[in-house]
Amino acid sequence: MVTFMQDDLLVIDNLHKSYGELDVLKGIDLKLRSGEKVALIGPSGCGKSTCLRCVNFLETPTSGHIYLEGNLLGENKTDDGYAHMSEKQLARQRAGIGMVFQGFNLWPHLNVRDNVAIAQIKVNGMAKNEAYALTEEVLEKVHMAHKADEYPERLSGGQQQRIAIARALAQKPKLMLFDEPTSALDPELVGEVLNTIHELADEGRAMMLVTHEIAFAREVADWVVFVDEGVIAEQGPAKDIIDNPKNIRLQTFLGQMLERD
Amino acid sequence: MNAEKIQLYAETLLKGAGFTISITVVTFIFAVLIGLTFGAIKAYGGQGKISSSNSVRELMIIISKKTAIYLINIYIEVFRGLPSLAVLFILYFGLANAGFRLEPFTAAVLGLSLIGGATLTDVFRSGFKAIHVGQREAALAVGMTPFGAFREIILPQSWRITLPPLANYAIGLLKETAVVSAIAAPEIMFYARNLVTKTFDTEIIYMLVAVLYFCLSFPLARLADRFERQARVGEK
Repeated sequence: MVTFMQDDLLVIDNLHKSYGELDVLKGIDLKLRSGEKVALIGPSGCGKSTCLRCVNFLETPTSGHIYLEGNLLGENKTDDGYAHMSEKQLARQRAGIGMVFQGFNLWPHLNVRDNVAIAQIKVNGMAKNEAYALTEEVLEKVHMAHKADEYPERLSGGQQQRIAIARALAQKPKLMLFDEPTSALDPELVGEVLNTIHELADEGRAMMLVTHEIAFAREVADWVVFVDEGVIAEQGPAKDIIDNPKNIRLQTFLGQMLERD
Repeated sequence: MNAEKIQLYAETLLKGAGFTISITVVTFIFAVLIGLTFGAIKAYGGQGKISSSNSVRELMIIISKKTAIYLINIYIEVFRGLPSLAVLFILYFGLANAGFRLEPFTAAVLGLSLIGGATLTDVFRSGFKAIHVGQREAALAVGMTPFGAFREIILPQSWRITLPPLANYAIGLLKETAVVSAIAAPEIMFYARNLVTKTFDTEIIYMLVAVLYFCLSFPLARLADRFERQARVGEK
């Protein structure tokens, strides 16, 4: 049984995820206080992205529970256990969590303004002018307001990712999830996206970030979690973990990452 | 050959044009509805795996979806493999013998819709499938329901992909309606054959028929081009 502290924002309790025979997550326990930034690092296929995707139920956990502000995510408690939520309930929960994908996933048939505004209009029932005012505001934050009338496919990867971040910001999320936000970018475009994320981090928003940018994780995250073969192999304050890794696999991993840079 | 005769023939054939157009339009609407619904079920209904963590209700949903897809596939295989003339004869003469008499219009629309629906199911399914899964995930992530994501994100994008085959289908359908003259539906070919048996002016009458079909299908093709250009907004 998990215990909740007053300022726990997100609690992941014994999270398992398997695809058939393949166990991707083998019991993840993680806590995030409000305003805290956690970076998940680890080798490809270690389960860090799956873990992140479980938080907003793009993947359904095989077992274990996730709580946001003390409320169960994706499940309802019943007399004899837990039952999956309906899609409607899930949608309402996801609306409070921002997600930024590796591949941006902007909608090519909508211009930048509508990419950001559509969820507010269609999901939250916001009036159009109000939604567009909010859109203007969040686009300003990622320095993309001048591209509001443009279509996504005419923009660079870095610009698209910043718009995707604005789209998530418009949800006024309690928690932002970043799933390798710079991995699909050309090297020269990584900086602008990291800068944007850095600015948001400074505003005190809680973030969970899956990344291969070790230096960035060290600088921005409060807490770093090293995921290896479906379990948390080591975790701690960002600078401790990255500067003085104890786990041998983490040492090897960091060595490889630094060599690459 | 005199102009008066040609005018008489043309006027007679035009009487059938209204019927041809209405069969085409009504059939098209039904075929699209069938194709859209079955295509969406085929594209998205197969998700969800049976596992021990499912509740009974969830299991029932998964099983009924899988059964639905199975039945849809049987329907497609059957109706894709039958000539429209055979389907119409079964519906019109076959059912009449069994005691269900359908009007020619009803039999024509029913038969052609079932055949068209089978074709369009896979047209729509492949259109939906062509949209990258991340598009749907992003829609879910901002709080859309699966149906909302389908309506706002998937459908408008797959529209670009399905439009050309849809236009081809519409034009093909317009021409295909000629077969319903075989069950005495008073459309263009029906009047043409009547005229020919009365006058034996075969070449002039069928030339007029050709012109008439072309005049109907050409604007349709132009309209489809225009839709396609509009749908391309936002492309690189």
